[in-house]
Amino acid sequence: MRRLLYSQKAAPYFFVLPFILTFGIFWAFPLGRSVVMSGQNILPGQVENVGFHNYERLFGDRLFWLAMGNSLRYTVLTLVLLIPIPLLLAVLVNSRIGSPKIKAFFKSAMFVPALTSVVVAGIVFRLMFSESSTALMNQIIGAFGIGPTKWLKNDLTGLAALLVVAMWRWTGVNMMYFLAGLQSIPTEYYEAADIDGASHWQKFRYVTLPQLRPTIVYVLTISVYGGMAMFLESFMLYGGNNSPENIGLTIVGYLYRQGIEKNDLGYASAVGVVLLVVILAINLTQLTLNGMFRKESR
Amino acid sequence: MSRRAPVLSPRDLRSRRPATIGMAVAFLVVAALALIPFWAMLIGTFQDGDMLIRYGLNLGLDPANAHVRNYIMLFTDSGPYFGWFANSLILTTVQVVGTLLVSSFVAYGFAMYDFKFKTTLFILVVVLMTIPFEMLMLPLYVQTNAMGLSDSYAAIVLPFLAQAGTIFFFRQYLTGIPREILEAGRVDGVSEFGIFFRLVVPLMKPAIAAMAILNGMASWNNFLWPLLVLRSPQKYTLPIGLNTLLTPYGNNYSLLIVGAFFSLIPILLLFLAFQRFFIEGMTAGSVKG
Repeated sequence: MRRLLYSQKAAPYFFVLPFILTFGIFWAFPLGRSVVMSGQNILPGQVENVGFHNYERLFGDRLFWLAMGNSLRYTVLTLVLLIPIPLLLAVLVNSRIGSPKIKAFFKSAMFVPALTSVVVAGIVFRLMFSESSTALMNQIIGAFGIGPTKWLKNDLTGLAALLVVAMWRWTGVNMMYFLAGLQSIPTEYYEAADIDGASHWQKFRYVTLPQLRPTIVYVLTISVYGGMAMFLESFMLYGGNNSPENIGLTIVGYLYRQGIEKNDLGYASAVGVVLLVVILAINLTQLTLNGMFRKESR
Repeated sequence: MSRRAPVLSPRDLRSRRPATIGMAVAFLVVAALALIPFWAMLIGTFQDGDMLIRYGLNLGLDPANAHVRNYIMLFTDSGPYFGWFANSLILTTVQVVGTLLVSSFVAYGFAMYDFKFKTTLFILVVVLMTIPFEMLMLPLYVQTNAMGLSDSYAAIVLPFLAQAGTIFFFRQYLTGIPREILEAGRVDGVSEFGIFFRLVVPLMKPAIAAMAILNGMASWNNFLWPLLVLRSPQKYTLPIGLNTLLTPYGNNYSLLIVGAFFSLIPILLLFLAFQRFFIEGMTAGSVKG
């Protein structure tokens, strides 16, 4: 025992053992089993091998494609909103103009929404997006002369509500990422640009943006994950996994419905495997693109 | 031009004053947008639950209908609310302490030693980190049920003790600590594990603080996985319990709004006290992603 405690050869394996165990028991083995289950029809007390039937069923399932479409458009729109706007805010905070006190307050205020749980956020936004003409969002559009809207009953207004929640929760966090990135750019670059007589826009375009690329790629990556994995925001806004004509159904919501609510484990496993492949493909594409861009810029 | 000239000449300052004011206004407006939902929630806590359902939330408070009955109910007649609160506190504490301990332990192995399969194992850490939990929840759900862990806190805590993101962060931090410390410890006859616990852990304080905040917040707000695991109402955590109040019949929105508001207070207080660590923890991933 004492020899073991002092052995430099054995020590690293002891240190990483908790990870090996957790990975095997809770992630790798269940995932393998899930792949097996995706080829089965599982009824209580009766398991039947059905080959690729679950996958065939999946590709013909209109609801699955609806959910996929909902997740994709949500993801794309969050990218459009949650990269340029936080980047602009970060550049403003990082600029030399403006009072430091107001900036410090601004940074704190922007960060506070990220502290809330999705449950609390959902409760508040559900009530603000309520159908009544006195609810905040209807008051706001009312000020522009638009009548009260049933936000959560229509496809596009429901999507807008989800995007508002996403922007509220993540603008501040993304801004902090960009701010950290901006502050790591050496000031010499800007001094050199000044000597060359570069304008503000040129400095942004030719110094800031290229230097910020790793941060932008990182924020892009986590935003794609967050967007494709979105489920709880919709779950809370609609008070459950059911929305009118499934306008709020996402791919994870579909997985939840098949696996947890309907307990159709064979089919749900096929759904899960397909989603995992989609995510890994996005992941791989991003890594390759990133690597290729890097070579280009050198 | 003299090198000691001020950055901004008085003329500059004058021409920049409108910009400074414009910037201040813009910052304050955007900050107000971020804070409005909190204000709306605060206002809501002084209203009847029935009114909230019928009229929704807005920013105005009619003094004639405002009352503190929701708060009185919260502290005298809120049923299981403080049970949920206590469960969340206990679970968060156990999860944070456990995760920090186990994850730093694992990270130390990756950072300080060279061994067979190290690269392969570390790639697994990274892969696990980059797959959203939502995509793995079903296999994990089946597995914890098969292990007889359904409806237990063990199912919530155990799979995340060696937490990939936390391991990654600690490893990055530890690679900045010179390995000579290990040699110094060995010369003094300290065991390999003693070196970690007695010499290295004290050096990790800033990293531990950032990860404590990040994990603590994630645990306090954790909703999806406990929703799948927990069955017995007496084991519910705050987010799960609050969610049960959000029924279509909405018979208890008074408790829902005041309870939701009250659940924010611990995190807000911690944020005011340790803002720096919050921001470090939340943005940890981008440093060397």
